[in-house]
Amino acid sequence: MSILLTVVTALVWGLLLGGISRNVTAKIHGRVGPRVTQNFIDLWKLFRKTSSIHHGGMFWMAPLFRITGAIAVLLMVPVVVGHNINYNMSFAGDIFLLLYIMFFGCLGMALGAGNSGHPYSVVAISRGLAQMSSYELSFSIAVVAVAVGLHTLRIEGIVAAQQAGVSSWNIFRFPFASAGALIAFLPMQMAYPFSIVLAPQEIPIGPPTEYSSRFLSFMFSGRALFSVAKLLLFVNLFFGGASSWMALFVKTFLLYMYAIVVSSVFPRFRTEQSIKFLWLVPTTLALVDLVRVML
Amino acid sequence: MYCNQPPKKPGDKKEVLQKITNMARANSLWVTAYGTGCGSIELRPLGTSRFDMERFGIAMRPTPRQADVLIISGYLATKTLKRVIRVYEQIQDPKYIMALGSCTINGGMYFDSYNTLNVLDKYLPVDVYVMGCMPRPEAIIDGFSLLMKKIKEGRAVGWKHYRENLDYYRENQKQIIKNWDLPDYNW
Repeated sequence: MSILLTVVTALVWGLLLGGISRNVTAKIHGRVGPRVTQNFIDLWKLFRKTSSIHHGGMFWMAPLFRITGAIAVLLMVPVVVGHNINYNMSFAGDIFLLLYIMFFGCLGMALGAGNSGHPYSVVAISRGLAQMSSYELSFSIAVVAVAVGLHTLRIEGIVAAQQAGVSSWNIFRFPFASAGALIAFLPMQMAYPFSIVLAPQEIPIGPPTEYSSRFLSFMFSGRALFSVAKLLLFVNLFFGGASSWMALFVKTFLLYMYAIVVSSVFPRFRTEQSIKFLWLVPTTLALVDLVRVML
Repeated sequence: MYCNQPPKKPGDKKEVLQKITNMARANSLWVTAYGTGCGSIELRPLGTSRFDMERFGIAMRPTPRQADVLIISGYLATKTLKRVIRVYEQIQDPKYIMALGSCTINGGMYFDSYNTLNVLDKYLPVDVYVMGCMPRPEAIIDGFSLLMKKIKEGRAVGWKHYRENLDYYRENQKQIIKNWDLPDYNW
């Protein structure tokens, strides 16, 4: 029951955040923008469309992989600190399992989209995997810096260490690692300077080119869930976790808006520029804190 | 004692579901970004801040797999017909066709051209015509609102008509496309 509550809350919040972000982007462009509930309408419409496209087993499985990966991440992150209403699979060393399992959905997606055989999907996957290996590095170093500094490998331990007021948040205790992780957050959300995977004007829509109707609706829900899971993870790692539902919604909303605002004002990097930037800037920032903590 | 209400039809629940679905379909029209003629130049301003089609839930999709609406934007050359058929048949049901400009209605200024189709409805099922040469973005938005109304009322059934009368459409299509090398059932 608590698992269902967590997943449904995350799905609704994720879709709502998507709608709000479309509105914010429209306002930045000087447009009116769609309804806030537009993503729900899109999802229902897609779910009710027929699907008669077959590209083999992996193609069918990929949206499920994506949703499974997102739910796995979601269940390992504490949602509201100190409340048992949400299921939380917490154990020593869960932060490392989480770093691995975050790849799961993306790799499943890569296999499925590769199976569709569309050239744009394949190009996007090769770009995506190259980029993923570069931002995961800086994010992992930032997480290790925090874990070493706080002497804990549990996410709950990391959250518990930040409960003594705003000044104890990891973003103030580990500013360089947090900066590195926040830059790595942008490619994770496929936000604009790093949006080389979906790249609408280059490789029309990347991996999901061949996906339609129900597959696409599953993929959309997976994406909404995964983005909420990532937001929760970042809030827990660097922003002191959420002590109430209100704090949770406000913090995740602000973090999401950071990605949206950056995304609205930047053009896109080329693949090699993106990878070079991610290897140099956020990785160096995260390393500074790791070295500082270890000395 | 006595029931003065007529008995409820079985399948009322399904009707409600269908109505909700139709509302969702009408408010989330995704358009294949594929311009066949000069009319597509008037489609571009729809996405800008002046006309902003996103406020109606209309969005451009780069792939027919994810689209609902195919816009035949102006004259359709005999050479383009084959591509349009392939694109249309790859769109998943339900799908709608909107035809822009006089050329799709009766040939317009190309009525006697050797390489332009005159009556589009003979080759593909058109749900909404938008007249003009070329229709301005306001007219296209008007066409979209008409299409939305038709979808909400469940009258936009061109895709069903196409399936049921495939032989008729194929016959007409094959008259235009001499070197027919498409599969006969393409979705």
